[in-house]
Amino acid sequence: MSFINYSSREINCKIVYYGPGLCGKTTNLQYIYNKTNPEAKGKMISLATETERTLFFDFLPLSLGEIRGFKTRFHLYTVPGQVFYDASRKLILKGVDGVVFVADSQIERMEANLESMENLRTNLAEQGYDLDKIPFVIQYNKRDLPNAAGVDELKRLLNPRSVPDFEASATVGNGVFDTLKAIAKLVLTELKKGG
Amino acid sequence: MADQQMVMYEEEFRQIAAICERLTREANAKAVLLVDKNGQYITSNGETNDLDTTSLASLAAGTNAATNGLAKLIGEKDFPNNFLEGEKYNLHFSIVAQRAILVVMFDQRSSLGLVRLRVKRASEELANIFGAMLQKAQSQAQGAPFGEITDDDIDNLFSE
Ligand SMILES: Nc1nc2c(ncn2[C@@H]2O[C@H](COP(=O)(O)OP(=O)(O)OP(=O)(O)O)[C@@H](O)[C@H]2O)c(=O)[nH]1
Ligand SMILES: [Mg+2]
Repeated sequence: MSFINYSSREINCKIVYYGPGLCGKTTNLQYIYNKTNPEAKGKMISLATETERTLFFDFLPLSLGEIRGFKTRFHLYTVPGQVFYDASRKLILKGVDGVVFVADSQIERMEANLESMENLRTNLAEQGYDLDKIPFVIQYNKRDLPNAAGVDELKRLLNPRSVPDFEASATVGNGVFDTLKAIAKLVLTELKKGG
Repeated sequence: MADQQMVMYEEEFRQIAAICERLTREANAKAVLLVDKNGQYITSNGETNDLDTTSLASLAAGTNAATNGLAKLIGEKDFPNNFLEGEKYNLHFSIVAQRAILVVMFDQRSSLGLVRLRVKRASEELANIFGAMLQKAQSQAQGAPFGEITDDDIDNLFSE
């Protein structure tokens, strides 16, 4: 839930990166962190296991600039993708303004993508959100791998509603900022509507 | 949407800041932070120069969310007050009006008993302000001042 502070003239929004285990959510945030000017970012926090799997969340605060005298700040979070961390995923979705679904393009991860998408819908519904109504974009990640499924196939299975979607290779950064800009824009547009 | 949009106005902000200032003093705290339950920093008081308040806000919200998750698991509604004890510094968390988390950081200059006592009064006062603030937000045009922003304004944010 965005937070408008007239006193400090700030607007804060929360964006959550969702998707199956190892799809590249944390890698997206790391790339954004590495490529952002120091004055536009805060510290990146990763609550992870010793093997660098997200345990609770990653957190990255970003400042995008001003709109009409208001500083716009985006708080990016990732969820832990591993199936058994469902309780944590629900907590992180609280107060969300926009969701990025990161799909793993590898053919053998298709089942995991579908399961995670379904899980996203269910967990949002539990918080009173409808996935079809909130700002939402999809990223097909790991396009660089030889076993990546065709984009048509991914679109057909994961994006029947044709929300904005992007191909990406998060390790080298392809598509990472396109994805971020798209979701940030949708969130601001929603605010404009008075959501 | 699920939760109501949080809007903070000048007047309420000043009242909230004053309560945090008094709490810092009366509880002999090193610092007091007020954080939205979703992890957004609201305000702080005391020795906060060397504190990363943005990170603290996010982690306080995460801790609180996890603690409440635990409460539900064992059939409690929530754990409204929490205490983390360190060698030098301690943290006391309490929920205000189901909306915010009041974080008090203190050292040996204070005590848990004193902090609890002062937090109780402060959080009651804060709850009243939050109540008023939510009502105000409800009655005012939603989305303002963003109703007036144009697609160009949004595009300009992203022009390198
Ligand atoms: N080849 C390739 N590997 C990638 C890409 N994106 C991420 N990876 C790798 O995939 C692995 C998992 O990435 P993470 O970002 O940790 O995945 P995650 O989605 O955060 O995983 P969980 O925290 O378990 O949910 C890492 O070894 C990354 O380097 C990509 O675009 N291409
Ligand atoms: Mg991760």
